[in-house]
Amino acid sequence: MNIPSELKYTKSHEWVRLEDGVAVVGITDYAQKELGDVVYVELPEVGRTLAEDEAFGTVESVKTVSELYAPVAGKVVEVNALLAEKPEAVNADPYGEGWMVKIEVEGEPTGLLDADAYAAVCED
Amino acid sequence: MSRTKNVPDMRLLFEKSRPGRVGCNLPAPTTPEVDLQNELGAIRTELNLPELSELEVLRHFTHLSHINYGIETGFYPLGSCTMKYNPKVNERVASLSGFAGIHPLQPEETVPGALEVIACVQEMLQEITGFHRVTLQPLAGAHGELTCLMLIKAYHEARGDHGRKVVLVPDSAHGTNPASAARAGFSVQPIPTNQEGLTDLEALDAALGPDTAALMLTNPSTLGLFEKNIVEICERVHRAGALVFCDGANMNAMVGTTRPADHGFDCMHLNLHKTFSTPHGGGGPGCGAIGVQANLAPFLPKPVIERDAGGRAVFRHDVPQSIGKVSPYYGQFLLAVRALSYLLAFGREHMAEISRHAVLNANYVQARLKDVLPPAHDRFCMHECVLTAQPYKKHGVRALDISKRLIDYGFHPPTNYFPLIVPEALMIEPTETETKETLDAFCDALRSICREAVENPQLLHDAPGSQVVGRLDETAAVKNLDVCWRPS
Amino acid sequence: MPYIPHTEADRREMLAAIGVGSIDELFRDIPEELRLREPLDLPPSMDEYHLQRHFFQLASQNRSSANTLWFLGAGLYDRYIPATVPAVISRGEFLTSYTPYQPEFSQGYLQAIYEFQTMVANLYGMDMANASMYDGATALAEAAVMAHGLNGRPKVFVSEAVHPVWRQVVRTYCWAVDVEVVELPHTEGLTADYSAVDDRAACLIVQSPNFFGAIEDLGAARDAARKAGALFLVAADPTAMGLLPPPGEFDADVVVGEGQPLGIPMGFGGPLLGLFAFKRQFVRAFPGRIVGRTVDRNGNPGFTMTLRTREQDIRREKATSNICTNSALMGLCATVYLAALGKNGLRQVAETTVRNTRYAIDRLTTAGARLRFPARVFGEFVLDLGRDAAAVQRRLLDRGIMAGLPLGPFYPGMDGCLLVAVTECRLKDEIDRFADELQEALA
Repeated sequence: MNIPSELKYTKSHEWVRLEDGVAVVGITDYAQKELGDVVYVELPEVGRTLAEDEAFGTVESVKTVSELYAPVAGKVVEVNALLAEKPEAVNADPYGEGWMVKIEVEGEPTGLLDADAYAAVCED
Repeated sequence: MSRTKNVPDMRLLFEKSRPGRVGCNLPAPTTPEVDLQNELGAIRTELNLPELSELEVLRHFTHLSHINYGIETGFYPLGSCTMKYNPKVNERVASLSGFAGIHPLQPEETVPGALEVIACVQEMLQEITGFHRVTLQPLAGAHGELTCLMLIKAYHEARGDHGRKVVLVPDSAHGTNPASAARAGFSVQPIPTNQEGLTDLEALDAALGPDTAALMLTNPSTLGLFEKNIVEICERVHRAGALVFCDGANMNAMVGTTRPADHGFDCMHLNLHKTFSTPHGGGGPGCGAIGVQANLAPFLPKPVIERDAGGRAVFRHDVPQSIGKVSPYYGQFLLAVRALSYLLAFGREHMAEISRHAVLNANYVQARLKDVLPPAHDRFCMHECVLTAQPYKKHGVRALDISKRLIDYGFHPPTNYFPLIVPEALMIEPTETETKETLDAFCDALRSICREAVENPQLLHDAPGSQVVGRLDETAAVKNLDVCWRPS
Repeated sequence: MPYIPHTEADRREMLAAIGVGSIDELFRDIPEELRLREPLDLPPSMDEYHLQRHFFQLASQNRSSANTLWFLGAGLYDRYIPATVPAVISRGEFLTSYTPYQPEFSQGYLQAIYEFQTMVANLYGMDMANASMYDGATALAEAAVMAHGLNGRPKVFVSEAVHPVWRQVVRTYCWAVDVEVVELPHTEGLTADYSAVDDRAACLIVQSPNFFGAIEDLGAARDAARKAGALFLVAADPTAMGLLPPPGEFDADVVVGEGQPLGIPMGFGGPLLGLFAFKRQFVRAFPGRIVGRTVDRNGNPGFTMTLRTREQDIRREKATSNICTNSALMGLCATVYLAALGKNGLRQVAETTVRNTRYAIDRLTTAGARLRFPARVFGEFVLDLGRDAAAVQRRLLDRGIMAGLPLGPFYPGMDGCLLVAVTECRLKDEIDRFADELQEALA
């Protein structure tokens, strides 16, 4: 299982990469494996403001639907348009091509986990 | 090695079509010809329907029936679905022209026999469930749930109690429960199931409040267990000003043994296509009667069918507080005919044998399998048992693999992965109409499969190998969506 | 009780295997005070022979299309059901199967449903259709709620010329989710005034042929829906699709229909068959099941239920509908019916219907009745009898004729009107007899 050490994580299996006040968000390798083949990703409209932990979309495999929760508060500035055509990118490259949204961070995120803490969550 | 298995003909009707063929000797016109354009205005030019001879049509569907599995093919222990024998006499009486050839809007005085059928089914179900009134208007189980929730909504509104917007649903409930609550305009709050597989009373107390409209409870629960505290649960909900709905999917455990209305429920739905043996037809039509206590009766969908002073079954259209119509007419009438035929066959003397033998069969299966497939809860079950395939996960075998392998042994698989709170669930509901020999053969098959799971798990992963198709690519089905044939 | 196969020896061996002495012990979780001590107060059990006699007797009390000359329609019709239809649907492999959750074991039904979906989509000229709904009325109500769910708008506009019973069902479904239903008036049996339809409209609903049998101007209805930005929902009789341009040609978003005329008995109104066809863009929003064609792991073609994540067992309270059971067996009736008729047969049924209707209009209006509306009709029309239609209906019943539906209970001021349906099954002589008897009744 791939848990890159430079990223932050949530208990609900999102990952976050913080770059100059913008958070790039996706779901983890563990999450994509649990889901199986991803067939649809529903993402928010650009410009929507999210609270921390707010549900902002869904990711679907053939027989499951998982909610996506915002790891940070802020405004959605970009969504990954590629996923409409190629949702399988979430399986193939969860930390790269399979990213989901970019959020302009407002305030200080609380409760993000580092790689070790997240690994412990996955083992439970 | 050469394969001699015949390649099945999977061509569609459309692919067998030859222009000019007709498969029915239709009524010939006896009235003068007309100018269609004159009569109708624009006329359609293109209509793609297949053209086959009558014999070809029959062969097509006979072939399709050969690659389909029903109760009459073999054992069908699909948990929560109550796949019992559908007696043939019920089919015969439902096809009588005095039932099949009548119209819901013909004058009331021309259908006394039909109204009598409906009234009798209502009365027998009232006696079996203990409820004050039963209506057959809902068209399926989920539709019965929706109707009950609409009644509950109307009840609170009529009392001026407008703040009750939340429906409590246990996490072990069928998906139709929260979906029906949403369709009735409520928000849904899940409540947890405790270690014993029963409703967590503390969590229930914490959730109950002035915004609670109702609790939806399945009893026996989807774990196949009876809610021992049911009277207490209903009292607590009532004290909070809310009502209790009983999901009647599991009524087969209770028929003639105990009555849900006596437990304190305000309303329930019944699946006549489960408990009372109307055929499920590959996914419907269902038949979703509901029973209600007197507090909800004023809101029932109209028309109500009841007896007049002379004992004749009649319509009552004047139901001032009715929620209106949830379905166009009087429910699934021809299924009500079948259900009545079934109810009368059992009658007073034999009704309790249904639940007694359903529970006996389920416990027998549980006892014969518990060393290889442990029950989710080690207690006597009711009409179905929930086992877990968790011990085989370490061999890379999932509940689904076991189910698929059962197909190779000639049995329909149990329900998989439900209830959601049991890992690797296999939910087995044998019903009362199966013989001990059938149950033994089924248990032997499962025991053999559990051995295979340890010794040769690949056999399970490759299953089924006995059917016209192997496991289907469901991801491709979504991604390359093809739900409607188009000529290439 | 032969439906339960247990012998005394079976019960003994099974109880021993479980480790209890009696069946009662298995019920120990049910509190003692909740268990029934006496048998229920029910009628005594009946053997098969007496059951049949009992039902023969009940059935014989009803006036049916088998013993009465039938002109009552109003959405459910006395059409011919080919012998192939009951022959196929009574096969136990279909009749006694459950929802095809195990596709490898259910390929036959799944293929039939795929063929059904294709036929329904073709009939209505739409991109796709689902695996069926309960009936036409609830299919329409589901479509209205779906429209509200998609655009969040608070009102549903429905023509008064839509089946009055269907409108009642739509109203109940909409009440439950706080959606207002607004009815549009009809003018001479046709919907014409769309001025009320505004940007608060989730959808606009018309029916064509409508409840009065009249063929609506679907182009005008579409324009009104588009102008308001509302979804355009059309209800349409499937038999009429043998001749009429389908709603898909008028850019309908969703088309629903009552499939009963496709090989299903009237059955006192149940079970029926809901048809539900839609544009591709609603593929994530439509209610109910759908079957897709795919391949198995060896690359062979096969069928499975698909787009499952919309459904209640996965998405729970966020599902597109609570519907689970649909009307699969009735869908199979329609599939066999349409396969047997084919495009020429369906056209023939529609054409004979039109001929019979024209003949009936001509004969009945010379018998003293007046045609209430001048609009073009398919298979059904409204007569103004100039007196209480219910009384005339009763009189004709005494002469063995089910003359139609008196409209007074459904439309204020139409007490003198009778809705008359003429299917392909009626013969010229039968229509003549109806006209003669009507003439006498009106004299």
